[in-house]
Amino acid sequence: MTKRVPVVEKLLSANDRLAQENRARLDEAGVFAVNLMASPGAGKTSLIEQTLPRLTERLRVAVVDGDIATSIDADRAAQAGAVASVQINTGGECHLDAVMLHQALGQLDLGQIDLLLVENVGNLVCPATFALGTHKSVLIASVPEGDDKPYKYPGMYRGVDALVINKIDLLPYIPFDMDYFRRGVEALNPGLVTFPLSCKTGEGLDAWIEWLLHNLTPTTRPPDH
Amino acid sequence: MHELPITQSILEIALRHANGHRITDVYLVIGDLASVVDDSVQFYWEILTKDTPAEGSRLHFKRVPAELQCMNCARKFRFNGEGLVCPDCGSVGVKVLSGEEFYMEAIEVADRTEDDVGS
Repeated sequence: MTKRVPVVEKLLSANDRLAQENRARLDEAGVFAVNLMASPGAGKTSLIEQTLPRLTERLRVAVVDGDIATSIDADRAAQAGAVASVQINTGGECHLDAVMLHQALGQLDLGQIDLLLVENVGNLVCPATFALGTHKSVLIASVPEGDDKPYKYPGMYRGVDALVINKIDLLPYIPFDMDYFRRGVEALNPGLVTFPLSCKTGEGLDAWIEWLLHNLTPTTRPPDH
Repeated sequence: MHELPITQSILEIALRHANGHRITDVYLVIGDLASVVDDSVQFYWEILTKDTPAEGSRLHFKRVPAELQCMNCARKFRFNGEGLVCPDCGSVGVKVLSGEEFYMEAIEVADRTEDDVGS
């Protein structure tokens, strides 16, 4: 004889619970955390490299780097001025999850950090499914990927708080219809704030930096000088 | 691609609700917009449940089709895997009516707990 036990629980409830724990830990330490997601080669590490020197005089910034292998990205972040960088090698997993961020937070002195940039594994599908506990999710698209990506990866575009459009210096050379791209974005995520920029030329980076500063929670905002 | 951690989570939830009883069946509800491959979950399930009260249990997948509605012309249509574009007016402004489900509905357990078996 068997009996039925009703459950009705989300399949990733364990991840979601741990993500909430991560968030509480970050909040307690006054750390503002941003989850950076993109396909491989869109410029996640380049954006971090360009962001760090523009903030390090005002903020203590740390980087958590998710990659399937190697510590190249964490090394680049350290060179660019991160006060700390932690490499997570996912060993084949295609995304970071709350457990991995939890472990990374354990390796950081959160009291010495104002802003934590989390570089997710390059992938436009899986990272959208796994909450980490960060305060904001940012997608980095890039012009050479093509203007059809919002239509092909709606899950990713629907779930983010901001969109960086990188490599705009390549627009003259690549058939990228910005209006078509933006229509797709607007339909999936109405009113989404976007930052067209180039990590190569530096164009557009100021607005992105402003957004980060504006979103820092009051406890993490540095005192006025 | 992330079926292993999902399957681990399924097992954790099922064992918690089973309260020590042997699990015979697990009922999952998964929308077609959730990127999960049933066969892959099944594969991991057989490995992960070894030596647990869920060993030998059956996984049931209730798939929910993705129903969309165009916010421009109100046409309702099924997701065809080709992007979220209205087949009538070509608008990309669509609302997801169903297809994002991702939960465990119920489990079925043996009446007696593991310890009772054979006593």
